[in-house]
Amino acid sequence: MSRPDIATLAVGDVIGSRTVTFDRAALVRYAGASGDLNPIHWNDKFAKDAGLPGVIAHGMLTMGTVVGLVVDWAGDPGAVVDYQTRFTKPVEVPNPGTALIEVVGTVGVVDADAGTVRVDLAVTVDGAKVLVRAQALVRL
Amino acid sequence: MANADFEGRSYPADAPYSVGREKIREFAVAVGATHPAHHDLVAARGLGYPDLVAPPTFAVVVAQRTESQYVSDPEADIDFSRVVHADERFTHHRPIVAGDELTTVLHVDRIVSRGPISMVTTRCEIYAMAQHVEVPSPEADTPGEHVATVVSTLAIRGEDA
Repeated sequence: MSRPDIATLAVGDVIGSRTVTFDRAALVRYAGASGDLNPIHWNDKFAKDAGLPGVIAHGMLTMGTVVGLVVDWAGDPGAVVDYQTRFTKPVEVPNPGTALIEVVGTVGVVDADAGTVRVDLAVTVDGAKVLVRAQALVRL
Repeated sequence: MANADFEGRSYPADAPYSVGREKIREFAVAVGATHPAHHDLVAARGLGYPDLVAPPTFAVVVAQRTESQYVSDPEADIDFSRVVHADERFTHHRPIVAGDELTTVLHVDRIVSRGPISMVTTRCEIYAMAQHVEVPSPEADTPGEHVATVVSTLAIRGEDA
């Protein structure tokens, strides 16, 4: 698998984009795999009683899924040395149906001396940002 | 309203979390991570790792287990049905790999309440214990090799928020 060459990268370069979908099964699978069993992610009544529009995806499911774009681009999961985000808007997951999440990765900073690149992720649902300041620092 | 007395509190290194290959594969499937280094030992070793590599947010599994010492404490006054995740940050000092025995030191860094909303920031310092060690020693300067720092902020809405 080829790795990106830091010498050829410039701020503003788009590293790639993808669309990911979540259905209720994806939420249940993530709940089990992560151990986060909060019912707002699988129980409609509980979610509504908590003041939410309905069942929402785990913020960590969104965060954990969209970084795959960066890992696949970098060619090595261990290259992601720092990864952060703020969660701004819950991702509602209908039943039946799917939530559609659009991800675009852009080079935000190139530090040739440190051998690192910061990739900024734009993560939206229906055009609205669900993650803000989603940034992955990648060692190339 | 989160109990402000917990700000600045630290907890001792907790019981080890054993990172298993199948757990890494299961978590990778759950976040749609298809990179072969999460699934295939030959691919992981080909990249220079001793075993399967965890996805970048896998440390949340370890961190949330540790954080429950604090958030599940009735004295902390955190109503989990009114919690939303505000932010999260992972800093990897080295990648987590299958076979790691991880122990975590939890710090409650900040508790701020404004009106009906409390913001609580926790920090998990995750260490890999040496192979022959089974429980973290309270006397040791450090519980092991520092592998990751996980900083998480929760927003807790009061009853009328």
